[in-house]
Amino acid sequence: MDSLANFWSVYSNLVLSLGTNALLALSIWLTLSCGMLAMANAAFMGIGAYTSAILTMNYGAPFPVAIAAGMAAPALTAFIIGKPTLRLSGVYLAMATLAFGEVVRIVILNAESLTGGALGLNGIPPSTQWWHVLLAVGLVLLMLWRLRRSKIGRAFEAIKEDETAAGLMGIDVGAHKMLAFVLGGAIAGLAGTLNAHLTFFIGPNEFGFDRGVDILTMAVLGGINALTGPVLGAVILTILPESLRAFGDFRLVVNGVILVLIVLFLPKGIWDPARIRRWFGRKGVPA
Amino acid sequence: MLEQQLVNALSLGCVYALFALGFTLIFGVLGVINLSHGAVFMVGAYAAVEVMARFSLPLWAGMLFAFVFCGALGLLIDFLVLKPLRARNAPHLIPMIATIGVAIIINNGIQGIFGAQNIRFPQGVISDQSMSLGGIHLTALELGIILLSFALMAVLLLALKRTQLGRALRAIAESPKAAHLVGVNVEGLFFMTSFAAAALGGLAGVLIGLYSNAVFPLMGQPMLHKGIAVIILGGMGDIRGALLGGLFLGFAEVLSVAYIGSTMRDAVAFGLLFLVLLLRPKGLFGTLQERKV
Repeated sequence: MDSLANFWSVYSNLVLSLGTNALLALSIWLTLSCGMLAMANAAFMGIGAYTSAILTMNYGAPFPVAIAAGMAAPALTAFIIGKPTLRLSGVYLAMATLAFGEVVRIVILNAESLTGGALGLNGIPPSTQWWHVLLAVGLVLLMLWRLRRSKIGRAFEAIKEDETAAGLMGIDVGAHKMLAFVLGGAIAGLAGTLNAHLTFFIGPNEFGFDRGVDILTMAVLGGINALTGPVLGAVILTILPESLRAFGDFRLVVNGVILVLIVLFLPKGIWDPARIRRWFGRKGVPA
Repeated sequence: MLEQQLVNALSLGCVYALFALGFTLIFGVLGVINLSHGAVFMVGAYAAVEVMARFSLPLWAGMLFAFVFCGALGLLIDFLVLKPLRARNAPHLIPMIATIGVAIIINNGIQGIFGAQNIRFPQGVISDQSMSLGGIHLTALELGIILLSFALMAVLLLALKRTQLGRALRAIAESPKAAHLVGVNVEGLFFMTSFAAAALGGLAGVLIGLYSNAVFPLMGQPMLHKGIAVIILGGMGDIRGALLGGLFLGFAEVLSVAYIGSTMRDAVAFGLLFLVLLLRPKGLFGTLQERKV
């Protein structure tokens, strides 16, 4: 038991950030599954993190209230910017959402009285327990799994395959896209809230361009054809840099090489249901 | 005072345009958002500083070396990463993710070799000569940046418009498959585009390195974000758009620093970008292709 306790004291943060990263990867998976390349998830995470941290630090709000607010604030933001933004498609949507993310980061940077500016917020109460993270990942997975098999999930799939055709079949494309965008924002906000109350400190640069790209990488690397993919991608991308410590200064170089190799040899993501079915030679239901 | 700001804006805008040119070339011809372009830009600055410091070469030689070296790096990236992905018909997000990996490799490789600290160009390389024209102060460096950028952009625009090569490139931008069918050497031109784009990016790196006299491993990241803003402002894959977008961003930034305050400098670029996308999704100067069923 001693070695286990030892392991936990060293790696608990890493294990728990596996959970929050999985949530982030799932949040972008949701919009991808509806055919939208929206990259505002880092910003939504930041909005959630700052909202909840300000509530717990300045107003002494209980943790459940902070979580609820940390999910509601980004969801509301998503709803407001969704109306004009979601008309865009493809690369243009990606760029607009990235640009929105940068604007959010810079606003956080400049609203010093509220957010602490470049210094960030220090001394956030460490309220997140390991089971909060586990429960959050479990609940989100369950919800997404149910959603996928519902009428809404099938509508998402239809929109992803062909937006115009889906519209002609009587699916309200705009409303479904908005739903995916808002839900994705709420999940990212949840991840941000849990993460902020785990790491004690948040700063504006954690929620910038690089984080947005990281989140997308986790989902695409893992594979976006099933729920397993984003979770797997998050796990790999979180553990990989840690497990390469032996390479010293060049560990992130090795990290990059592995990333490129995975992309080159498994272009559909690591978890590709079609390939796995081929391996085992059974004709299961599409996952 | 305003005239002086406009001159500063012009030289900054020229470098943005030069950087965005390579970025937009790759997107227009290869259809890839090349997120390693910022890293190549940074390598250009390092290549020039190193070769000039080691062999005490003059500035033009350092620039030439950076141009060729980065071009070769671009070729290597295309050959090792983008070409195999093309051959496998990878979904369109995948090459972008691959270039993220490439950027991680290059950024951290350079940091591992040279360390994270700033390095500088050798003393005396940057001429401190300057001239005054009707109250406007213009350093030799700024003048050089403006002239070189405009010369390169003019050459590129003319080549694309007037030569057989340019026509072939534009055909590929429309449809690689159709271009191949009418006898265009598509793979060869992909290689050439990768070379030219990376070489221009590297040169922009040298110029920015000279401009701020600071070269460091992560100098490409903010530039990459701005490059994205520029090609959106100008319209994706549009050469003239990259030029105008770059200049536009340079002016917007310098004027906002002068009249609003320096903290909002970056917010201007992305706020503008966000607005442009909402009001005019095809970019300020671009044309949007409608996708029909």
